Amino acid sequence: MLLQLREVKKSFFQPDGSELPILDIPEFDVDAGDQVVLVGRSGCGKTTLLHIIAGISRPTSGRVKIDGWDIALMDESEVDQFRAERIGYVYQTFNLLPSFTALENVLLGMTFGRERPDRERAKALLKRVGLEHRLTHKPPMLSVGEQQRVAVARALANRPQLILADEPTANVDVGNQQQIIDLLRETCREENVALILVTHAPEVAEQFDRVEYLEKINLVRGGR
Amino acid sequence: MSLWKIAWRSIQQRALASALTAFSMALGVALVVAVIVIHGVIDQSFRRGAQGYDLIVGAKGSPLELVLAAVYHLGRVPANMSYDAYDELVNGQFAADIEVAIPICLGDNFKGFRVIGTTPDMFARLEYLGGRKYEFAEGRNFDDVAPREAVIGATAARKTGLKVGDTFRPVHGSAATRGEEHEPFEIVGVLAPTGTPNDRAIFVNIEGFYQMHTKSPEEPDRALPAMKAETKPKSQAADPQSKEQDENVPEKGESAAGKSEDEPGEKQESHAEHKHHHEGIPDEHKEITAVLVVLNPKIPPPRQIALPKLISKQLDVQAVAPAEQIDNMLRGIVGNVQLVLLILAVMIVVVAGIGIMVSIYNSMSDRRHEIAIIRALGARRTTIMVVVLLESILLALGGGAAGLVLGHGLTGVLSPIIADQTGVSVNPFQFQLSELILIPGLIVLATAVGYLPAVVAYRTDVAQSLIASP
Repeated sequence: MLLQLREVKKSFFQPDGSELPILDIPEFDVDAGDQVVLVGRSGCGKTTLLHIIAGISRPTSGRVKIDGWDIALMDESEVDQFRAERIGYVYQTFNLLPSFTALENVLLGMTFGRERPDRERAKALLKRVGLEHRLTHKPPMLSVGEQQRVAVARALANRPQLILADEPTANVDVGNQQQIIDLLRETCREENVALILVTHAPEVAEQFDRVEYLEKINLVRGGR
Repeated sequence: MSLWKIAWRSIQQRALASALTAFSMALGVALVVAVIVIHGVIDQSFRRGAQGYDLIVGAKGSPLELVLAAVYHLGRVPANMSYDAYDELVNGQFAADIEVAIPICLGDNFKGFRVIGTTPDMFARLEYLGGRKYEFAEGRNFDDVAPREAVIGATAARKTGLKVGDTFRPVHGSAATRGEEHEPFEIVGVLAPTGTPNDRAIFVNIEGFYQMHTKSPEEPDRALPAMKAETKPKSQAADPQSKEQDENVPEKGESAAGKSEDEPGEKQESHAEHKHHHEGIPDEHKEITAVLVVLNPKIPPPRQIALPKLISKQLDVQAVAPAEQIDNMLRGIVGNVQLVLLILAVMIVVVAGIGIMVSIYNSMSDRRHEIAIIRALGARRTTIMVVVLLESILLALGGGAAGLVLGHGLTGVLSPIIADQTGVSVNPFQFQLSELILIPGLIVLATAVGYLPAVVAYRTDVAQSLIASP
């Protein structure tokens, strides 16, 4: 099992001292190479769940095991290192750094791991997403679809075991939407990377074999 | 990708603000560099200017005034010493101690450039800047037997337009007093540039100088006031007791001024001849402003150290080591001025450093999202902190490098003004070792001023900043 979540809870303390639970996941597993789509209404905690899996947020309680490592028990710098080497992230707003070229944005995805950034791999990934002619272009010079493709290449740069994609098609037009989904699924398959993709779009969700519904604060196992 | 590159990209993203911040640092560093370079070069030039002579002998008074007037052609012309004292110095009990002794007379100028009466040995036997011989860019040295001949320094020639074959009329006094105009001298040589104060002077045959101030041997009373100091009997200067104390004391007539080239037996005759062809101006009517002395290198160090006091005491003059006087002046006066200027310039650099802090700190609210992205890619908090510190260091060092160029450029602009005013030539491309301290200094400053924004970056909440709109 690549990812195991057990009794993961996240809550915030309100100004009056009361606890506000925002996430309660009794159990959630993902195998290596699995492709899972996560569906739920706005504010139901999908992004928070991805943040907890990525180690960006810490759960209030519970265990988050990735490849046998419980990141909830690691200190912050260990989690950062873990994320740098094993997890890729694709955002709804792409989150490319505007002053870096496409190639540099991809190289940035390899910078914080133990291995030295591999320029050839970065170029190959950009070629794989169809942007070999845009290596030196900065994000403002790229179209929305191209920016998201750079983001996909960056997410794959560190040879992750798991890619978390948070509504990657929400900001792209319909024409590009399917291309991005296809690209993500194909590249993850090629590199044997597990994919957890959050979406609101039913037409995206229905393409996946495994669909998980996040309702209110609980994960309700779905599937097709 | 290196952290330096990440920091550089961040600077590029805020190009205008970064450029302005670096520019303010450049101005501060330029001032520091200008102060360091100008002081360093002036210091070096003064010290180098004093290199050709071991002692300056002149009438009693301010030793610094004597050195400034005799070596640097600056300041007030000091009182004169008697010719007898000079004669005793070079032919008497100190003759064996002296390798070369060049008399100089001051008191006239031409277009603001000092006119100095001296002997041809000034250029034939003296050296400058530690062993360099004087060379002539044009013409030749003036002749011992041609009293109306003159040699002009390179800068003076350029500024006055005088060249070989031209004549000029020295004016008594300084450029400000506009005194009596004297009989003309003919330029027979233009010195090649030496980088010493002698570039800014005109040298005339000392006999011609005497003639300017004494119309004829029969009219000694017409000697100008500068030459009317009391003369002293030779017997007073030649103290037989002190002669016994020193085995090196030569026989009377063994002239130090002509010693290196003449045989002892011929010196007496040579000196007599010398007197003869001075068109009959008796020695008692001659005075000398100063004697530039190079000591005999063979005399033991204790004797060298004792000589200034001995000469001062025995001849009723003052003998000073120019290097010592210049050292005192540089430490006592110039050094303090430099310190004040340096403190002011360093304060400007510190203010520019605070400018860097404000610039980066203000950019933090705009950069939280970017910082969160980099953190989400796996960068640690400390890595982000280092990136911000590197950004601060790059701005400071970039500004510092620009300031270095600007400072030397500023020195280049000021160089002719300094040379005109003081005769000290400043090479704008001459780097001072003390400039090297700027590099660690700027790194320390940048680290200090970058710390606050770096801490803000360190504390960035990744999850919240990622959710917030870019």
